Amino acid sequence: MLRTLAWVIRRDLLLAFRRRADALGALCFFAIAVSLFPLGVGPEPALLRSLAPGILWVVALLASMLSLGRLFAHDFADGTLEQMLLSAEPLPLIVLGKAAAHWLVSGLPIVLLAPLLALLFGLPPDAIGVLVAGLLVGTPVLSLVGAIGAALTLGLRGGGVLLTLLVLPLCVPVLIFGAGAVGAQGSGVGAGAHLLLLGGLLLGAVALTPWASSAALRIALA
Amino acid sequence: MALKGSRLACVRGGRTLFEGIEVEVGAGEALWVQGDNGSGKTSLLRLLCGLSAPTLGTVQWCGQDLRRLREDFHRELLYIGHAPGLKDELTAAENLLLGARLAGRRAEAADAETALDRVGLRRQARLPAGRLSQGQRRRVALARLHLPRAPRLLVLDEPFAALDAAASGHLEAVLAHHLASGGSIVYTTHQTQALRGGRLQTLRLAAQRARTALPC
Repeated sequence: MLRTLAWVIRRDLLLAFRRRADALGALCFFAIAVSLFPLGVGPEPALLRSLAPGILWVVALLASMLSLGRLFAHDFADGTLEQMLLSAEPLPLIVLGKAAAHWLVSGLPIVLLAPLLALLFGLPPDAIGVLVAGLLVGTPVLSLVGAIGAALTLGLRGGGVLLTLLVLPLCVPVLIFGAGAVGAQGSGVGAGAHLLLLGGLLLGAVALTPWASSAALRIALA
Repeated sequence: MALKGSRLACVRGGRTLFEGIEVEVGAGEALWVQGDNGSGKTSLLRLLCGLSAPTLGTVQWCGQDLRRLREDFHRELLYIGHAPGLKDELTAAENLLLGARLAGRRAEAADAETALDRVGLRRQARLPAGRLSQGQRRRVALARLHLPRAPRLLVLDEPFAALDAAASGHLEAVLAHHLASGGSIVYTTHQTQALRGGRLQTLRLAAQRARTALPC
């Protein structure tokens, strides 16, 4: 079973590598959108420092939305999704693999780029550490929850907008605890509780969302 | 071992495509689903492999409902639909290998090469599928038949479409061999292609008349 999971991830990574421009697009969006904020709100260092965690998290959320629409759409169009539904391996496992690959392609680069952009806002090193830890645990949740939305909106006209409307509200807890962790660290409370809650969300999402996405896929192809 | 559909009905967009269809395909048997465009051949095939649920009726494999068997049934099934299920960015060989792995079949890179060789695409194995012609893409999809441990039930939607005469003849021979060795096939085609090697049934789906056009 784990072997199938590895094959699904390997396949989607290979596809993403052959289609590099897509992944780069989301990353560039992240970098550009984040660097627009100092231009918009002014160069006041204290203000930027307090806004930084929220900005980075919101833009990371939007950047991961950008590529969600494609999670199943290409497979749906060329018939490979049908083959996945007829696989002798459990569909939730395949969906989990696809979400994992989506995170590796669109979530992980954001996590790696975030510290650099955080420096731009003058965040102190310990706050950057907490921010990255939060993103590392939180962004996979976005991919997993997003997979449900991507499966539900499959084949719909204007599915992209609907997808965002469906998924963004569900990602609110991740945003609150992720950005809150940095704030808590700054105020001296410690980020432990927030990060543990994010970890809990991730475990819940790994356990539950693949089933929901699979059910949605079966409906979409029926 | 038998695929059995009883009293199958399918309604799409408020239009009844077919109803009261009885289907039974056993070992060594082939079912040729015939009908005009839009008569519901593809819909019937999708019902029979469990991709969609019938509006009425049941589909059973070995006496058990498809929806309950799911993965156990999928292990015995190979469905090749209208869309060849190929990724344009991957080479023919990668498509075949990764497709088989995702379908839960144990295949190695060498198996994929051999299968492509069998359908006459040895030289194209390393080309991206997007660069292949329609007929060649179809042949890559059909190369799945040549991977080791072929499933017992084949559901093929227009397998002969876009194939040249030689490839059609080759496919016919492969399917005849599959029937002779106790497999089952459900297929549609517009060509007059009766399969040999086993017992052949035909099912003709009549185009549904518009219900408003009753004679006075």
